[in-house]
Amino acid sequence: MPLLQVENLVKTYPGVRAVDGVDFTVGEGSCFGLLGPNGAGKTTTLEILEGITGADSGRVLYRGAPRDDSYRAVVGIQFQHTALQDFQTVHEALRLFASFYPRQRPMSELVELCNLGELLDRDTRALSGGQRQRLLLAIALVNDPDLVFLDEPTTGLDPQSRRNFWRLIEGVKQEGKTVLLTTHYMEEASVLCDEIAVIDRGRIIEQGAPQHLLAQHFPRALVRVPLSALPDPGRLPPGFEVRGGDAVAATDDIDQALAQLRQLQVALDELAISTPTLDDLFLKLTGHGLRES
Amino acid sequence: MSLKRILAVVAARNREFYRDKAGLGWNIVMPAIMVLGFAFIFSSPDESLYKVGVLGSVTGDTAPAFLRTPHIQFIAQDDEAVAIDKVRHHRIDLLLDLRAMPRYWVNELSARGFVAERLLWQSQTNAPQALKRETVSGRAVRYVDWVVPGVLAMNVMFSSLWGVGWVIVRYRKNGVLRRLRATPLSAGEFLLAQILSRLLVVSSVTVLVFAGTNALLDFPMRGSYLTLGLVFLAGAIALVSLGLTVSARVRSEELADGLLNLISWPMMILSGVWFSLEGTNVWAQRIAELLPLTHMVDAARRVMLDGAGLREVAFDIGILMVLGVVLLTLSARAFRWQ
Repeated sequence: MPLLQVENLVKTYPGVRAVDGVDFTVGEGSCFGLLGPNGAGKTTTLEILEGITGADSGRVLYRGAPRDDSYRAVVGIQFQHTALQDFQTVHEALRLFASFYPRQRPMSELVELCNLGELLDRDTRALSGGQRQRLLLAIALVNDPDLVFLDEPTTGLDPQSRRNFWRLIEGVKQEGKTVLLTTHYMEEASVLCDEIAVIDRGRIIEQGAPQHLLAQHFPRALVRVPLSALPDPGRLPPGFEVRGGDAVAATDDIDQALAQLRQLQVALDELAISTPTLDDLFLKLTGHGLRES
Repeated sequence: MSLKRILAVVAARNREFYRDKAGLGWNIVMPAIMVLGFAFIFSSPDESLYKVGVLGSVTGDTAPAFLRTPHIQFIAQDDEAVAIDKVRHHRIDLLLDLRAMPRYWVNELSARGFVAERLLWQSQTNAPQALKRETVSGRAVRYVDWVVPGVLAMNVMFSSLWGVGWVIVRYRKNGVLRRLRATPLSAGEFLLAQILSRLLVVSSVTVLVFAGTNALLDFPMRGSYLTLGLVFLAGAIALVSLGLTVSARVRSEELADGLLNLISWPMMILSGVWFSLEGTNVWAQRIAELLPLTHMVDAARRVMLDGAGLREVAFDIGILMVLGVVLLTLSARAFRWQ
């Protein structure tokens, strides 16, 4: 039985259908990622699953049954934008949230897991972006939840803090917890998620394991040159297509693609050969990039 | 309903209050400065003028010669009992009754009353015994003594309205409420915690301001501290509930600020904090009777200046409690986390 079962969710705001018939299931112990650009409907979907927002129609089953009041005690939530009460230390914030739950994780474990040892006496307003996200993660885990929701947990962090945060999530996954996260960082989804759903304009347009989806949609490599490198931008080499400002060939035969370029006397100074990413997948599926809104 | 959860939120809100040094200072220093400022402004006695209250007609040729005495302000009085109280509290120096049986009241403990009485006798040289003499006794009530209960009540009002109303709107706007909503904490527990925290703050600040300003001004406290505490507590409950009602759904701090000002300023003017509404527009007086601050100020003043007991201020406490319960029920029903 899946831990979470989502069936035909619909949520409409004046003038916009934010969630338009979303279905998916999340297995226990897995990490499920909702990917999509800003405004795609992923945060609204997550809020419905968290129980913060009600859906217009559709249903959400937790362990096969509709959610009741006890649901809040077994889930942990890290919002994308949140504030804590002022004038409290990290330790006091953790104690405050711990007091709300019947089941509590030992504070020492939490502090070690989220690497908060040196920050316990610091005012929460004096934390850096990465430190603050670690505290918010610890608050989401304070009740030792079975299911953890993370809404764009690394947005705004520098690359180093982001990678540090991924290590924390890996630690949470290793404990067997189920994680449902939204992100628009494709690398994050590749590293953390066992399964992803690509959402755009309120609908899921593709779903599956990241590597499986990439293998399904793309050949082994992408050969890319800027359109400006072509002697005649109106004449693409065979097998190439325009994506963004580039001529791109998705191919299993890199040598052949390079030969096509040489034949047209394309300057290869800015040539790039890469394996397809989820960004490429999204671009292919929707016609626009994941970070464009 | 979990007491543990409520107390945890109370503690967090209290920390937020007492660790905010600037806000804490303002909450204590502002009312103390107001009391001391008024004490200073009204400390100079008006040497050249005596105030004589007059019951009955004071115009026409039939008016006694005394009413033409310069440097005395004659103030018409409607209610004999109230006017006698004013003599007792030294708010007027003499009370002259020109109705059926001419007589006057003087406070034998008042130096100014002594002089005013001599002036009266001087104008009545032909028949000094024609006026019947009545005496009242009582300690002088300075303006500052009269204004202190009002300032204390006003501080309770501001602290209750903003300390709950504005704070909840701020919590809603910056996402604190949204984060709390994601926990098992119920709306009832959260609201109760806000009320308890604010009542604790209001009580502590009122005690501090009362003790501090009394040490400097030695104002009278003729009733029991318990009764006065109950008056302020009932007032705080009513006004905290009013703050909760305003903040139940508002998302903008600016709108909340405007609404709280809209509520508090008319109360400050009409509730008799700074001056008595006696002799003003009847409608203004009727509106004032509907305002919670009026009942808190009146009851506190009667306890402090007249030594009124619990029974004598029970009506005002009752009104404040009923208002508190009604508004609390209304706000709990209207409350939205987001």
